[in-house]
Amino acid sequence: MSAFLRALWRGIVLLFAWRGGWLRKGRRPHESDPSQRTVGASARAERAVVLLLLGCAAAGMCFTLLFILEPQTQLLGVSLGAALAMLAAALMLSSKLLVPQETKVEERPLPGEPQEVSAAAQELRSGAEGITRRRLIGAAALAGGTGVTAAAVVPIVALGPRIDSLMRQSGWHRGRRLVDDLGRPVLAADVRTGSFLTAFPEGADKEQLGAPVVLVRVNPALLRLPPRRRGWAPQGILAYSKICTHAGCAISLFRSPLNKPTAPGGPALVCPCHYSTFDVLDGGSVEFGPAGRPLPQLPLTVDGEGALRAGGRLSGPIGPSWWGDSA
Amino acid sequence: MSGSDRDRIADPVRFVDERLGAAKGIRFALSYVFPDHWSFLLGEIALYSFLVLLLTGTFLALFFSPSVDHVIYHGSYLPLYGQEVTAAYRSTLRLSFNVSGGLLMRQTHHWAALVFVAAITLHLLRIVFTGAFRKPRELNYLIGVTMLALAILEGFAGYSLPDDLLSGMGLAIAWAVAMSIPLIGGAFATALWGGRYPGETVFESRLFIAHVFVIPAILATLIGLHLAMIVIQRHSQFPGPGRKQGNVIGTPMWPGYALRSLGLLAAVAALLVLLGGLVQINPIWLWGPYHTYVGTSGAQPDWYLGWLIGALRIVPGFDVIVFRHDLIPNPFWGGVLFPTIVFALLYSLPWIDRRFISKESASHHLLDRPRDNPRRSALAAATFTWVGVVFAAGAADRIFFQFGFGYEGVIWFFRGAFFIAPPLAYLITRAICRQLAREEATPLRGWRGRIAARNVSGGFDSMSE
Amino acid sequence: MRRRLQIAAAAVCGGLALIGFARGGSASSGAGGLASAAARRSAGSSSSPSALSPSSASAASLSRGRRLFVSSCSACHGFNAEGLPGKGPSLRGVGALAADFYLQTGRMPLPSPKSEPTRSRPTFSQPDIAALVAYVGSFGGPPIPVVRPSRGSLARGQELFALDCAGCHTIQAQGGIVTGAVVPSLQAATRTQIGEAVRIGPYVMPRFGEGELSEGDVNSIARYIRSTQKPEDRGGWGIGRIGPIPEGMVAWLLAGACLLLIARLLGERVSPRRLR
Repeated sequence: MSAFLRALWRGIVLLFAWRGGWLRKGRRPHESDPSQRTVGASARAERAVVLLLLGCAAAGMCFTLLFILEPQTQLLGVSLGAALAMLAAALMLSSKLLVPQETKVEERPLPGEPQEVSAAAQELRSGAEGITRRRLIGAAALAGGTGVTAAAVVPIVALGPRIDSLMRQSGWHRGRRLVDDLGRPVLAADVRTGSFLTAFPEGADKEQLGAPVVLVRVNPALLRLPPRRRGWAPQGILAYSKICTHAGCAISLFRSPLNKPTAPGGPALVCPCHYSTFDVLDGGSVEFGPAGRPLPQLPLTVDGEGALRAGGRLSGPIGPSWWGDSA
Repeated sequence: MSGSDRDRIADPVRFVDERLGAAKGIRFALSYVFPDHWSFLLGEIALYSFLVLLLTGTFLALFFSPSVDHVIYHGSYLPLYGQEVTAAYRSTLRLSFNVSGGLLMRQTHHWAALVFVAAITLHLLRIVFTGAFRKPRELNYLIGVTMLALAILEGFAGYSLPDDLLSGMGLAIAWAVAMSIPLIGGAFATALWGGRYPGETVFESRLFIAHVFVIPAILATLIGLHLAMIVIQRHSQFPGPGRKQGNVIGTPMWPGYALRSLGLLAAVAALLVLLGGLVQINPIWLWGPYHTYVGTSGAQPDWYLGWLIGALRIVPGFDVIVFRHDLIPNPFWGGVLFPTIVFALLYSLPWIDRRFISKESASHHLLDRPRDNPRRSALAAATFTWVGVVFAAGAADRIFFQFGFGYEGVIWFFRGAFFIAPPLAYLITRAICRQLAREEATPLRGWRGRIAARNVSGGFDSMSE
Repeated sequence: MRRRLQIAAAAVCGGLALIGFARGGSASSGAGGLASAAARRSAGSSSSPSALSPSSASAASLSRGRRLFVSSCSACHGFNAEGLPGKGPSLRGVGALAADFYLQTGRMPLPSPKSEPTRSRPTFSQPDIAALVAYVGSFGGPPIPVVRPSRGSLARGQELFALDCAGCHTIQAQGGIVTGAVVPSLQAATRTQIGEAVRIGPYVMPRFGEGELSEGDVNSIARYIRSTQKPEDRGGWGIGRIGPIPEGMVAWLLAGACLLLIARLLGERVSPRRLR
């Protein structure tokens, strides 16, 4: 059995090696004499090269005219590509069939000559001849070099760091109205069970990481929010930061099973970049994927006009974190 | 000099030589020998892609405006008409649709970037599997690895410039990864972005300067050094008849190799221009503008960052939180630690090889074939498989969408493969190398000499033909 | 043939929609714009049994629908569409809208109650679908919506799609994944099906009421989706329009393979014997 397997293995390897041209056994090497030169081109090869070069000229002219008259991307690409391809073919053909074929031996200067090394070292050393306080001067030179280097490098400080209170500023505070991407207030009645809506703090810069939240609505009976967050989800409407705590992409997938008994998983928010999946029922905990922190939740209230307002700040830091960031 | 004995070849040479004494140098360059093997052209493909990148990139820079000021789009592309976009995005749309040849240049530029990094990667594989990184080429190898890192960085910067939906999502992730660096992450990221993400307008112009000046300038310098070092040491070569440590056998620069190489340049340019004209790449008008609050499923970086998105995706969800303070946010593992390990392995390869694999430190101008050192080949295969598994995990959502598997299962599969695939690759590669080495009577390519073995009586026995 | 049926279906739908609209209008405190508070309020209470008197569909069609329902749907949804626990939900009150969506897109009947409904060729013929739709619609619920992409705004559609839909369906409506389910491509979706899906939220998709997406918004979204079905591939071959993965594959498998081939051709000198 093992003999059979070994033969099979040998067969497979040889087959692949043979197909890939890795086996050179038995093939006559063409460099029988390393150094040699053959001169002489066939008339056919010469003709082919001339034709290719003329074709290249024609295609090049074509490209030039097209560029001026009708710069259509595909036509431009084909004409210039054809010109270059014919040039390539002409060059390759002439390299192999027109010009002398020559194999040459060139001596390789092997580096590493011990005498040269010691001579160079001696030369270097001789530069310090006659100097008595070498170490002092060396130390002073080091100090000077350090000073200059520091001065050269210090402008980099102008870049930053800029970790400040702004890093976690979100634009959300108690009473702030939620508006949609056109700035219209979001009414509680607008958010249907199973729906998915992006909202922003009224009047804030929408592009700031802390601004966008996703609104989803679930059956309030299913909620498993931590006790601290009682009342954060009026009528089962939940708001979570739209920025993934993993790598800062916009959480733009909402998995919302229509018929729960037959669908996979519960309602969850998913990030399209690395598929971090956050459970919306229990306050945004990570269900799958690389995110290491839950999605921050925004407490909500409904005002007298039925509009949604923030009931406070987001429950945790928004987006990706850094060393020492409060989690 | 009369008109009749004008020599159209010698005269220019004489002109230069009498002023610069360059005739000797010209002769040296013309007779410089390149070994005959196709795998030596991989680096040249990268070099020529870089040339295409420089030319097309210069054209693009004439029309691109690196500003994230908000403007209203009133251009020719209707689905975005009247939308609020950034000036960078608008200028990219304009150069795509309203500048003659602009879209061709943009697409060629992007294809060239993909091929550039792909060619560097293939070149790296060749170097690793043939042991070309060994003494005396360690310095040049380090330059090469540095160029790979810079190429990836340069590509990402370019991908991020137009401020379309995909570039914005990519930058958000880059921001999170930068922030996750232990101790200095917050300071580093806020310094780079000039505040918190999405940042003030300074970030776009910093990105632009990095993309069009700083990184290309460093790359060009390193390419010069890379080539100069090759010339000083001459090319390495595979073993063969007459090939020794002290020589290079192959085709001289003039005329054969120069034409060959120029032919390759034209071929690379032709392929990239054809792709640029015929195959649509990064159609930012279809992706739409970026806002922090929008996202699209299946957002991906260009392929050379696929291994990082894969790493970010397969890490299980946890942050290192101590006393209610986040110390190591999750993106660190996939976005910082994993690439650091991979590049640390690449950088230290010459020393790892010397200490643990080859266990010798002699100079080598003759290359190994992969089968000649099964342990090195197997370790390299294991490492690249490891990165490859993570890379595949980055595309898992898309690839498996086509087959309808569940995402969680796929991720668990890749988490398992992360640990299981490398040892498997090691064992398989080692077995293949050993089998190949056994199959051949003549271990060296094209070598037809005899192996002589000393016998007990002190004479030589011929072992094989 | 198919087209004529669609027109007929659209005409029926239009009639039904008018009835529904009139009722909605009378319930609210006045006409008002599409995004008016009135429309929002009526949408908020859409789960209440509403609209569509059984008399609007012919008795023959109803009995045929009932027969088909019993033979093909009742195993999961119950003999009287009341639903069976653990299998299929009640269809009372989901309306003609839901029945039309699930049957026209071939999502129902399902092979097993736990499998994800995916788009396929409709199992039933158009007359059968019409009968089933009439039967399910006879329990009340929203009618088949009328979606008019031409009245929508393309740019607003793009914005709304990016905000509400692209997260799952991808910005070019090519489909994707969500943890636990596959998200369908919208490349074959008709305007009516788009309008229906927005209101139903099939499988794990969220659903949108009038308060979140007005009829005008749905028109705009349908118009945007239609533009992704006939995209402007100004750059050439679109390679799937899903971004960098196919681009990387072209770079490696096409460009990489070509360049390796060229390298192999160029890499070695022509052997002297071949030159002769």
